[in-house]
Amino acid sequence: MKHAVGYNADARLRWTEWLPWVAALAVFFLLPDYLSLGARVLTYILFALSLDLILGYVGIITLGHAAFFGLGAYVTGILSAKLGLTDPMMQMLVSALAAGLLGLATGAVILRTHGLTQLMLTLAIAALCLEIANKATPLTGGADGLSGVVIAPILGLFKFDLYGKTAYLWCLGVLFVSWWLVRRLIYSPFGASLAGIRENSIRMHAIGAPVYARQLLVYTLSATLAGVAGALLTQTSQFVGLNVLGFEPSGELLVMLILGGVGRLYGAFVGPLVFLVAQDYLAKQFPEYWYFGIGLLLVIVVLFARGGILGISDAVIARLRGMA
Amino acid sequence: MHRAAGGGSFRLSRASPQLEAFLASLVSVAFHGIAYGMILYVISVGLSITMGLMGFTNLAHGVFAMAGGYILIVSLSRFGLPFPLALALAFVLVAAASVVLERLLYSRLYGAAELEQVLFTIGLIFMSVAVARLIFGTLQLPVVMPDYLKGQLSLFGRDFPAYRVFLIVFSATMIAALWFGIERTLWGAMVRAAVDNRAMAQSIGINTRRLFTVTFAIGSGLAGLGGALGADIVAIQPTYPFEQLVYFLIVVAVGGLGSLRGPFIAALLIGITDTACKYWLPEFGAFFIYVATIALLLWRPAGLLGKRA
Amino acid sequence: MKLSDISALLATLVMVAALPAAAQTIKVGLISTYSGPGAAQGDQIDKGVKLYMKLNGDKLPPGVKLEIITRDDTGAVPDVAKRIAQELIVRDKVQILTGVVWTPNMAAIAPLTAEARVPFISMNAAGARVVGMSPYMTRISFTLCQSAYPLGLWAGKRYKKAYVAVSDFAPGHEAEGCFTRGFKESGGEILGAVRIPLANPDFVPFMQRIKDAKPDALFAFNPAGKQAAAMMKAYGDLNMDKANIKYLGTGDIVTDEELQGMGDIALGVTTVHHYSAAAERPANKAFVAAYKKEFGENLNPGFMVVGAWDAMDAIFSAIRAQNGKIDPDKTMEHWKTYKSANSPRGAISIDPETRDVINPEYLREVRKVGGKLANVEIEVISTAIKDPLKEFDKKK
Repeated sequence: MKHAVGYNADARLRWTEWLPWVAALAVFFLLPDYLSLGARVLTYILFALSLDLILGYVGIITLGHAAFFGLGAYVTGILSAKLGLTDPMMQMLVSALAAGLLGLATGAVILRTHGLTQLMLTLAIAALCLEIANKATPLTGGADGLSGVVIAPILGLFKFDLYGKTAYLWCLGVLFVSWWLVRRLIYSPFGASLAGIRENSIRMHAIGAPVYARQLLVYTLSATLAGVAGALLTQTSQFVGLNVLGFEPSGELLVMLILGGVGRLYGAFVGPLVFLVAQDYLAKQFPEYWYFGIGLLLVIVVLFARGGILGISDAVIARLRGMA
Repeated sequence: MHRAAGGGSFRLSRASPQLEAFLASLVSVAFHGIAYGMILYVISVGLSITMGLMGFTNLAHGVFAMAGGYILIVSLSRFGLPFPLALALAFVLVAAASVVLERLLYSRLYGAAELEQVLFTIGLIFMSVAVARLIFGTLQLPVVMPDYLKGQLSLFGRDFPAYRVFLIVFSATMIAALWFGIERTLWGAMVRAAVDNRAMAQSIGINTRRLFTVTFAIGSGLAGLGGALGADIVAIQPTYPFEQLVYFLIVVAVGGLGSLRGPFIAALLIGITDTACKYWLPEFGAFFIYVATIALLLWRPAGLLGKRA
Repeated sequence: MKLSDISALLATLVMVAALPAAAQTIKVGLISTYSGPGAAQGDQIDKGVKLYMKLNGDKLPPGVKLEIITRDDTGAVPDVAKRIAQELIVRDKVQILTGVVWTPNMAAIAPLTAEARVPFISMNAAGARVVGMSPYMTRISFTLCQSAYPLGLWAGKRYKKAYVAVSDFAPGHEAEGCFTRGFKESGGEILGAVRIPLANPDFVPFMQRIKDAKPDALFAFNPAGKQAAAMMKAYGDLNMDKANIKYLGTGDIVTDEELQGMGDIALGVTTVHHYSAAAERPANKAFVAAYKKEFGENLNPGFMVVGAWDAMDAIFSAIRAQNGKIDPDKTMEHWKTYKSANSPRGAISIDPETRDVINPEYLREVRKVGGKLANVEIEVISTAIKDPLKEFDKKK
């Protein structure tokens, strides 16, 4: 599967890159009843973005990315429900730090292995986190989940309301900052070296690039962003349950990302949007078929449409250009 | 199947009751651990071989085990077939189905990037979970064991469930047959050659395509058989492929890809450790397995007896 | 007439025309599980609602209609539950919320019911303390301690030593705590307790340890269905019944809809619960007959169907009492004093202080009746038990 579309030295913003943000703001004004779904989409876009960093740009397959997501979610929940720290910005900071630390620790271990071992370790670490969350009932609420999560108004002014308005804008803001950060990273010499590591790490070693250090840095950053996404989820739903950990969120996230297109900045935008909106509508009508459908979709995408939706649109655009 | 009266015939003449109880529980733990380990191995060995042989990351291996389990359950309860026949069906039907899958789908992805294989097989898992739920629902399906396998056997002064004794004996036989097959037959020699060096094996005229198909069928059939045999220990339910995936991967990763002996040791270790934890430290359960796995893999990244990392 | 007068008149006419329509359709949001591993439980609730609507759906004040909007929470996924509750309140503008199989989901919905002032009645979610999280929540199903504590009291008088084995999740812990307390209060001795991981496939090693400890009775709690059956099977495989270890539990481990599938290993298991499909009460016999007629002769209603049925009855009762105009506070007041003498489980009521259900509890044993397994009620433990946990909290 083609990963990132090569290194693009031109870091200027193309006009098309403003579209997602315009669309997001339009949704805020035009679809006020759908803001909680919207907040969820935004949260998962951030989560997918974090996964794309290691999957698409560094080329490490992980089945346990939910570990960082879940850690971020629980840290925010515990800070609020057990320690009384309710300021959303502080919560986000601590969650990001915690997830980053876990990323650093596990990355140091995982990046020294490869192939099946590496894959299995990502799974084992996520399973371990799930076990801990399940057992540590006084902290996490165990299987019942953590309730009593209170989020103070942002900057003391904007309360998280019933209609999800504040939540939506908060998610949008956090996503914007994260996106900007990631974009800066990708379109930089650092980003170029990442592409190099992904394409041919042996060569990179040969030219003296600090491969391991770079991979570790990106892994940690990816974990941090996933943790931020987890914190967002807790803040917008004011609850944390065990379902933020485990294989299912990791698996579904992979589907979302593949659907959108791996290794492209905006695949992480398109995939979760299409997936979650479709799920909201279709899973209601045909729940078992939905699950089958995701599996089938994955198989078809892998066999026939390896670039995901964006890959298809690329091909279509190229065709149109060729015809013009 | 009778039960020994009283405490049994085996006694250390001057041992205290606590020591005797402890030894007795050791024996129990070892017994149950070995039974569980054997099942894990029978299911996972196919994965080790196909991954080592074909280089294909098949995460959907658990689907075959689950299918075997369902075939057993349906054969026994719906059709009332005799137990040995049901077991044989589990093996044969799953192997046949796997041939179809391999020819139609898997073969397109030989040589593809690992990510694609992972995604593809995850997609297969999703689909089979949905199908299993649609067909079998989420309610418990009873496994109707034949009467001659129920009850307890009395050995060395302790009672052991007869079915588990059967399980250990039968699995040991299958494993012996498999090892014999790999070590002594022509097919086995071709498999070993192709695992060691695929390109070389092809260049000396081994038809690797056919070899892959046959081996994949045997590995998947074994998984189906293991799933059926172990339906007692590892419950058959639609989410089986998800839940057990970690364990199969651990066995293969710790044991070493492409190896036969390695996963055997790994499976037994996991089985015994897991059972020991459940008996003496139930609060920690699966926890310990994961930590132990991580530690082991850091020490030996290629697995205990692995040929490839 | 000036233009503004005409438009005012038109507006008034439109409003008057719309008013009866608005007063007439009451929207109820039903949150249940229709997909994923928990779908079987959600299905029970769904059946209860459908059965009630079929038999009693017309018992509304004249001109009043009921619209039930169902949404799938896909399992014990609190953030999804919260989101759909929010959408039901904001998008669909429901006036009453109900359903909910899982306690975490109910906990997640609690702040919403308080903020939006939408009355909620739980058809199943049984976590003892959740109902106190919002003044707009009430529950008509059960709590675990209502069965576990009386069972402990009863068992402590008959068995000297017990071992406790529960699945390791919050309901398991609650059941363990309450049984232990009751058992000890009756003079029994708890030899030990083990918490079995939920994702556990194999119960035999745990049961072996219990057998070696030689108790007189075993108190078990697992999620209904495959886990409960697997544990009983381990018990049977190790011949623990011949070792005179009595198998006890709350009714959750032998729920009526799963009981047939468990097989003969379940015979003799003694439980305490608020509902059994085999009960001889006329109200129940009619209920079971109607259920079988509607859904199939081979199916039995489980306690969740009854929970859904009774919740629907409470909702209808509230609608009738307010003549179709739902006011949140009046609805809550009505529910707080709700009573029903003809529930399939016997006489039930809601405790006004805690807004939790007061259940009858029965002692049952699994026996073969007409060739099929049934939870035969052999004794009435009590006709009205409040949730013990909240009573203990009060005494502190």
